[in-house]
Amino acid sequence: MNSLYEAVIGLEVHAQLLTETKIFCGCSTNFGNPPNTNVCLVCLGHPGALPVLNQKVVEFAVKMGLATDCTINRNSIFARKNYFYPDLPKGYQISQFEKPICEFGKLVVVKNDGSMKEIQIKRIHMEEDAGKSIHDQEETTLIDINRCGTPLLEIVSEPDMNSAEEAYLYLSKLRQIITYLGICDGNMEEGSFRCDANVSVRLKGESQLGTKAEIKNMNSFRNVEKAIEFEIKRQIEILEDGGKIIQQTLLWNAEQNIALPMRSKEEAHDYRYFPDPDLMPVEVDEIWKSEIEKKIPELPDTRCKRFIEQFNLPNYDAGILTSSKELADYFEKVTEVTTDYKSASNWIMTEVLKVLSEGKIGISQFIISPVNLGNLIVLINNKTISIKIAKEVFLEMLKSNQEPDTIIKDKNLLQISDTTEIETIIDKVITANPKDVQEFLSGKEKVIGFFVGQVMKESKGKANPQIVNELLKKKLSQQK
Amino acid sequence: MLQYKNHFQKLELLRANKLSLKKNVQDFLTSIAKSKNLNAFNFVFEDCLDNAEIIQKKIITGEAGKLAGMVIAIKDVLSIKDKPLTCSSKILGNFNSIYTATAVQKLINQDAIIIGKTNCDEFAMGSSNENSAFGPVLNPHDNSKVPGGSSGGSAVSVAAKLCDAALGTDTGGSIRQPAAFCGVFGLKPTYGKVSRFGLTAYGSSFDTIGPFSNSVEDTALILEVISGKDEKDSTSAESEKINYSNSLTTDKKFKIGIPKEFFGAGLNQEINVAIHNILNKLKSEGHEIIDVSLPLSEYSIPTYYILATAEASSNLARYDGAHFGFRSKDTPNLKELYTNSRTEGFGKEVKRRIMLGTYVLSAGYYDAYYNKAQKVRRLLKESYDKVFKNVEIILTPTTPTTAFNLGEKSNDPLEMYLTDIYTTSANLVGIPGMNIPVGFDNKKMPIGMQLMANQFNEIAILQLGKVISEL
Ligand SMILES: [Zn+2]
Repeated sequence: MNSLYEAVIGLEVHAQLLTETKIFCGCSTNFGNPPNTNVCLVCLGHPGALPVLNQKVVEFAVKMGLATDCTINRNSIFARKNYFYPDLPKGYQISQFEKPICEFGKLVVVKNDGSMKEIQIKRIHMEEDAGKSIHDQEETTLIDINRCGTPLLEIVSEPDMNSAEEAYLYLSKLRQIITYLGICDGNMEEGSFRCDANVSVRLKGESQLGTKAEIKNMNSFRNVEKAIEFEIKRQIEILEDGGKIIQQTLLWNAEQNIALPMRSKEEAHDYRYFPDPDLMPVEVDEIWKSEIEKKIPELPDTRCKRFIEQFNLPNYDAGILTSSKELADYFEKVTEVTTDYKSASNWIMTEVLKVLSEGKIGISQFIISPVNLGNLIVLINNKTISIKIAKEVFLEMLKSNQEPDTIIKDKNLLQISDTTEIETIIDKVITANPKDVQEFLSGKEKVIGFFVGQVMKESKGKANPQIVNELLKKKLSQQK
Repeated sequence: MLQYKNHFQKLELLRANKLSLKKNVQDFLTSIAKSKNLNAFNFVFEDCLDNAEIIQKKIITGEAGKLAGMVIAIKDVLSIKDKPLTCSSKILGNFNSIYTATAVQKLINQDAIIIGKTNCDEFAMGSSNENSAFGPVLNPHDNSKVPGGSSGGSAVSVAAKLCDAALGTDTGGSIRQPAAFCGVFGLKPTYGKVSRFGLTAYGSSFDTIGPFSNSVEDTALILEVISGKDEKDSTSAESEKINYSNSLTTDKKFKIGIPKEFFGAGLNQEINVAIHNILNKLKSEGHEIIDVSLPLSEYSIPTYYILATAEASSNLARYDGAHFGFRSKDTPNLKELYTNSRTEGFGKEVKRRIMLGTYVLSAGYYDAYYNKAQKVRRLLKESYDKVFKNVEIILTPTTPTTAFNLGEKSNDPLEMYLTDIYTTSANLVGIPGMNIPVGFDNKKMPIGMQLMANQFNEIAILQLGKVISEL
């Protein structure tokens, strides 16, 4: 970035809530049902239908508010946002405008250089999602109302971020919190966690904000970062050329890696918000609030700190292990089997995460149970198997989903600690390699590595390497 | 002529087999057919005859509900499963409801017989029932006069004895004003007393459902059946359950407030005289008549028309030709589909109110109109609260004039809006109000008087209404 300028970024995040039913009717929120099957007279907007608020949505909103240090407004009101669109059967969206349920929150992100940054959350409000227009038929638009009325939280940040990195970290943190709370699956690719960015630039030291552009349609974390970088660069170039930024909405095109303006008639709405007369103000009293507060699980920052203290892990390990609730849960289940926390952490951070990223799956789909992984570590630590064998067993566990004990028995992988048996192998190796014995005897002690390798190979990796080492030294010295 | 004056008498006749319900229903159907010129009904349910014999049997065996055999017409803005719901608009010309409104379902549950759906002003917007895609409704007392609106068809069906009772809706006076013009009882309950579920929304924070009938007894009975909290309507309220129909007789002496603002220059002299005659009789019966003041009354019409149209502009957005109802044949693109469907589907008054409501909610005008009107609404509520500390009933004329001629005010919307001058306050404040017929003017047109009481105090209105109807 041109160092004379600074970027100012605010994010609006829409998170689809994991309630069983829609926000204002009893229809299922199940994803993937045939079009227009999760509908009723309320979400179809039939004459005379009235919305009835799903209390679970309020509970989820309050959870998110509390988890991000928001003030929970005792009374909040629903408002109608009026606009015509085919996927909006009522001609208005029920949202919150003047009095949202949560305000004045914040969260802290740790930047790559280790510095911390606090980002203010302006408001969190509840609203209903729209349906989907499907334009894939020639000349015809098909409408699917299934998604219409699915509960959303809109989380609006203050324009507190100054780089694409900060925006990325803020978004990741929000996603981490919301998935820890279990109120949203955080899936950007499938659209259940969506993000729009407001971006402007100004000369450093300037107190007034520049004209902003809004970027939409960034359906992955990587795209958010790329789109913001693109937009910052675009705006600086315009200013450098003596031009002016126009306020507009841009759509991110992930194939071409550019943001293009929306057609002008799709914007410039006057939404004519006003309080929805069909719904009473939402009241969250102290009793309800504290009941909800009790249901909030341990949040990522707290859990990370606890992992460092309780399991004596490096910051880096704790950060990665607590990046998702499921991974942290997995780790903790492993520690119920073995107290070798660092080994547990190492196994998860290397072997397990490698399998997950190669298979593009989440820990919930990972085949090896935490108990079996824990047992594998125990078997290493009590010298039943070597680390090398353990890695073989791990691969076999991935394939057959059997317990490590069973695999070791079936495949005869038990470590050989019987000295007579090992001595026999050593004798054989020594006899077969007289030259190397001579080298050893002439003082080249490094050659011992070669002998260890040969013995391990001969024992198919099962010989206890420590014993091999001791016996080899003894036997080779006896050759003098 | 009907052999009974109210439903209790009808039930006795039915129970004693002195009246055949089937014949009774058939007679109503015949009367409806003969009175086709009044244009009171949009749809008549001939098949309601099928229920008559079953219900009469239930009455005789004592298994029947409270409204057993009461023949009721429903304003065509209320949903009835598998029946047309047009709101007297072309835009819903081909629409059938897929469910039944709570209020209607409660009538059916008590064995009432639903005889048809009544004509009204389009989407309940109007004061003369001239804004209907089905054409105007005529006043049975003089066919050159309007019946009032918007529930004109419901008022006429009861006044012309085409049924025992009817449901109407009242957003700014749409029950009380046509009741006054047609000479029947019409009650607008407290906002929230009756579930709005299934009522096609016009002004959601004002809309109420209430009965038309020829007696205080039947009015009370229907109110008792249709009221109550409904899970499907968040704005419906739990209120004290009163058996209204059994609580009508009382020796109580009422404190009755007469607001001077309702008896000003615009009030027709004959109406003024008729009401003062009643007041004198009440005084002589020992009721206390107290002068009160409601100084904000002059703002009720503008306040009502700002807020109700704002809500309407949003409530009527769903009629866009995309999802259900009428769609223009001329739809080259989405914008034209919306524009042409709405241009062709809505009538003039509905369009006027949508535009008015859209305007008052627009950026830059919201504070000056919508917000200011909300403030006036709150102040008005406070002024009524204050008056209700001293009196239990507020007594006023229902309308400034008796029924006017068809076409007389059609070209002057403001003049038309002023016919609601005495009724809109009750909607702004959310309190109940009832029209009581109190005689006729020199042209034999009915004169109406309005009783209002504090929220959920319908019983006071009904009790005093009974006193007045027996004076
Ligand atoms: Zn639904």
